[in-house]
Amino acid sequence: MDPAERAGYDDHPPRLGFFTDTSVCIGCKACEVACKEWNAVPEDGLLLTGMSYDNTEQLSATTWRHVAFIEQIGPRGDGAPGPDGPAGGPPGAADGWPGAADGTRWLMASDVCKHCSESACLDVCPTGALMRSEFGTVVVQDDICNGCGNCISACPFGVIARAETDGGAHKCTLCYDRLGDGLTPACAKACPTESIQFGPVDELRERARSRVGELQESGVSKARLYLDNPDDGIGGGGAFFLLLDEPEVYGLPPDPVVTTRDLPRMWRHTAMAAAGLAVAAFAACLHGARERS
Amino acid sequence: MVPRARPDSYYGRPVLKEPVWEAENVASYLFFGGLAGASSLLAAFAQLTGNRELPRVSKVAAAGAIGVSVAMLVRDLGRPARFLNMLRVFKVTSPMSVGSWLLSGYGPAAGAAAALAVTGRLPRAGAAATAAAAALGCGVSTYTAALISDTAVPAWHDGHREMPFLFAGSAASAAGGLGLLAVRPDHSREAARFAILGAAAELTAKSLMMRRLGAASEPYQTGRAGKLMEAAEVLAATGLAGAVLSGRSRLIAALSGAALLAGSALTRFGVFEAGRASARDPKYTVRPQRERLTQAAAAVRPDT
Repeated sequence: MDPAERAGYDDHPPRLGFFTDTSVCIGCKACEVACKEWNAVPEDGLLLTGMSYDNTEQLSATTWRHVAFIEQIGPRGDGAPGPDGPAGGPPGAADGWPGAADGTRWLMASDVCKHCSESACLDVCPTGALMRSEFGTVVVQDDICNGCGNCISACPFGVIARAETDGGAHKCTLCYDRLGDGLTPACAKACPTESIQFGPVDELRERARSRVGELQESGVSKARLYLDNPDDGIGGGGAFFLLLDEPEVYGLPPDPVVTTRDLPRMWRHTAMAAAGLAVAAFAACLHGARERS
Repeated sequence: MVPRARPDSYYGRPVLKEPVWEAENVASYLFFGGLAGASSLLAAFAQLTGNRELPRVSKVAAAGAIGVSVAMLVRDLGRPARFLNMLRVFKVTSPMSVGSWLLSGYGPAAGAAAALAVTGRLPRAGAAATAAAAALGCGVSTYTAALISDTAVPAWHDGHREMPFLFAGSAASAAGGLGLLAVRPDHSREAARFAILGAAAELTAKSLMMRRLGAASEPYQTGRAGKLMEAAEVLAATGLAGAVLSGRSRLIAALSGAALLAGSALTRFGVFEAGRASARDPKYTVRPQRERLTQAAAAVRPDT
């Protein structure tokens, strides 16, 4: 079921989201800058991490688009020489990817909030600050959030975070304020290679499937879609990705499942434990009167 | 130099965000909240069976503990002034929401029960407050297990089946322990039995949880969390043994009570720290998920 419909919107526009095709990302970080400029997100410290060109490090309360850089050097991708070299080498050797003859490749990817169909952060929020918009996106209402931090522990991707400066939780809004006026989100607008594509999620999924088919046909066997499938552990993401390697290489969980799926069992066991506690108290006091009389 | 690319993580960085909750606030809250709810239960049933001293002590303990709890919860918020926003909505998908409403009912009930017990006024109102506090107290002592399990934190989520029983046992152990500490032995037999049942449940639940988690129990058994959990276990076992013998001497009863209280607190701090550690190291998130995918793929592929 469509998330906006499930949230109670009777008449709503088509679900909007992102398809981030990391195979054409050039690592320019225009998306990071555009996002910060439009949303007036503060800087998060000037640090040099030594993580290739990634000095942003992670998504946080003050970073809502984060470009990751992975340098896979040599045929094995870790700098070690392969037994045969690229042609007869082990998996990871060249992989049909236009690049260095020795199989070296650079992976660059712009990470963002996935706007999950089944959103753990939204489910656990006790104040109702986190809500589903009519576009199917997940948005934090900053004037309600009291910074309890529950959403932060619930997100299976480590996206949403609490800002030390103002005590509230913040994350990508999918430029909710731009969507209302029919505009494209800042990051998609700024991306020079159309690595970040914006539009109705159904359309994006179709486009993504044909793109990944194209890549695999030309020999890029490791190309795959991530979070495009409505049957996955989060019901598919409003923002999903084309990756060139396993998700964990990019710092993404391989098979995330929204914690709410186990909540019915948690409540059942809680009820049993609560009942057990009462029975124990009763049993402990049963002899009481007889002992003292 | 840029570190070598790894096939199983992004520069060894965590996949998840570590919980922003501070142990001194939230782990303490888990302990005091459990103590409060279970104390209200003990007070109610002990009063029903004619005990005079234990109920008063337990009621005062419950009221004090829940006061401390709520103060710590508010303190831990990023924006404490907005604590009442917890009551804007009621969501069953949010244990924290359910808990906020539970506490809104339980707090006043426990406070009234204690005040009326101490002053001796309005006995029927006092009985009603005691009953209400006991009924809600069952929930107060156990909902927190759902709260921490309902997250992406591997050590907490993976333990979700046993966590409510661990917390309930720990709460009973603490409430019984307090009774043993503060009430003379011939009037604290109920507390002793409650503590014995609680500590036994606590130890059993923990053992079952570790067994089922298998490799995933590592955060509970190594590092700081491992030390806390082990200490908690020793204290709970010692307290349990002491509770069995507590009828004989005030000293044994008091020591046993103290051990049980300390053990219950350390259990909560240990669980909390284990969660932290499991969120920090990406392997606890990545490996089980990768294994699950591999097994699912193997199941689909026909074996030739």
